[in-house]
Amino acid sequence: MAKIPLHFILNGEERAEFVDSGATLLRLLRDKTGDLTAKSGCLQGTCGTCTVLVDGAPRLSCITLAEDCDGADVETVAGLAAHGQLHPLQHAVMEHFAAQCGFCTPGMLMAAKALFLTNPRPSREDVVEALSGNICRCTGYEPIIQAVLSAAQVMSASGPGAA
Amino acid sequence: MEIRKKYFADERNDDLKEIGQSRQRSDALGHVKGITPFYADRAIPGLLHIRMVRSPHHHARILGIDASRAERHPGVRRVITARDVPHNVYTVLSLINIGPEDEPVLAFDKVRWQGEPIVCIVADSERAAYEAAQLVQIAYEELPAVFDVEEALKPGAPLVNEYHGQNYYRYDSGESRKVILGDVEKGFAEADFILEQRYQASPIEQAPTETTGCVVVPDQNNRFTCYTGTQAVFFTLDNSSVILQVPGQQLHFVGGTAGGGFGGKVDCTTEPIAILASMLTGRPVSYIYNRYEEMQISSPRAAERIYLKDGVMKDGRIVARQVRCYVDSGAYSRHTPYGTQKAAAHFPGPYTIPNVRIDCYCVYTNRTPSSAMRGFGVTIGDFALEVQMDKLARLIGMDPLEFRFVNAYRDGDMKAHHQPTEGAALIECMQEAAEWADWPVDPRCMAMSSREPRRQP
Repeated sequence: MAKIPLHFILNGEERAEFVDSGATLLRLLRDKTGDLTAKSGCLQGTCGTCTVLVDGAPRLSCITLAEDCDGADVETVAGLAAHGQLHPLQHAVMEHFAAQCGFCTPGMLMAAKALFLTNPRPSREDVVEALSGNICRCTGYEPIIQAVLSAAQVMSASGPGAA
Repeated sequence: MEIRKKYFADERNDDLKEIGQSRQRSDALGHVKGITPFYADRAIPGLLHIRMVRSPHHHARILGIDASRAERHPGVRRVITARDVPHNVYTVLSLINIGPEDEPVLAFDKVRWQGEPIVCIVADSERAAYEAAQLVQIAYEELPAVFDVEEALKPGAPLVNEYHGQNYYRYDSGESRKVILGDVEKGFAEADFILEQRYQASPIEQAPTETTGCVVVPDQNNRFTCYTGTQAVFFTLDNSSVILQVPGQQLHFVGGTAGGGFGGKVDCTTEPIAILASMLTGRPVSYIYNRYEEMQISSPRAAERIYLKDGVMKDGRIVARQVRCYVDSGAYSRHTPYGTQKAAAHFPGPYTIPNVRIDCYCVYTNRTPSSAMRGFGVTIGDFALEVQMDKLARLIGMDPLEFRFVNAYRDGDMKAHHQPTEGAALIECMQEAAEWADWPVDPRCMAMSSREPRRQP
């Protein structure tokens, strides 16, 4: 099977990999780059555990072709904490007990980060809408919604560019 | 968080160090950084992949299995059938002396539910395993199937599981787990009203976001490390040891991190076969349910059918309660004989009733084997009981909460299980709940205490 060369940015670092045609971005991340933060929950684009950012937009990496990400800027939870400091979203999830088993957490965090990129001061409805593609079976969602709203407040208080 | 101190003050020290305090989860930092190691979160070179050939029939005799084309398919390392499994027929609860062993790891003579595993393909890639699974030819003779718990108990119903010999689990108390106190017929004869209702629940899938599975890595010295999402690490290790007929020290289980379980990860369905595949190939092996398998193959909460018959007096006292509960075990036992026993232990609810008769049946049908889910054997029974309580209250024109105050068990009351009630506190909980819910009840109820003996009528 022909291998396809890919050149992309992962959490700010340049990467080059060869992938099989038809391989997903999730497989590229997990099998080739060693970044295991995106989870495989359904492999059919319905649960959101594999959510990552591609050029700033939330994407379900389990149904995104790796070959479509040539030249793309890919972000995962592994890049969320900058210079050893947790992102306000990560702090808020801990503070609000918004992670129980932790399996949906990486996808939730990336979906929330994507929301902040376009809407730094989201309403509750905006948060619910932004997370509506991410399934959590533990929390009942309310602690997650509260965590995201709280992180938005913290970030807008610390000024633009905090994201 | 607030701790009410007006109740049972004499029973409690006030130097509570942890209760009432907020404490961070020990695993929270790993979760938010995405580095919590779930079972699939290890980069393992040379990993092989399992795909299972499953029964398309609910009930059928297996006439022949031809896996020769699958064995020749590129990328296939091994095809495993029942004869490769050292101790193929097992039951998970044999570890606590519940038997007989009634379930094959891989089916060989019969299939008893749609989705039952028959042939295990071990291949270099998931794709090769999928492709090879399509090439396995299995000849079946379809058998009549039974899907309804009461139909299954009728004479002449198809026999689901020959290891039991009948379509129910035989307890030491007979065809059902029984609880008997007083004489229900006498109680019904004395009652002002009788209400009999039927309650039916569906099987419920736990649906964890991480699907069931494990990854097995062969160590040196014939030892195997099994990274698993199981909720029952040592139970699964011991069952794997039985199924594979190897001493437990050859198996090293790494678990304790489940991406959601809710009871759905207490069976022993992926680990033994993945370890066996690793033994037979000398390679690391992963066996991970896809989402379809998680929803259709993994054990759900058992469906239950419950008949409740109550005799009640105009003053609110329940004088007789009869329960017939049919728990759908599916084709095999797994944890359902235990769940059925829990149901029997939970009925007739937290109420003092002088005449009780409970029969809980663990029934075999040609449906997906059921097993554990949060409060299994209890939750559905509770739903039926509390709906019944509301209906009874309406029947006699009493407030539903006051009706529960009248019947709530108190310290010293004899329970249906012939044990006196201790530390009940139900009345006190209902008093708090009534205040919180702003549900006014008669002051007579608010003055009750679970420590005050019930007045005999």
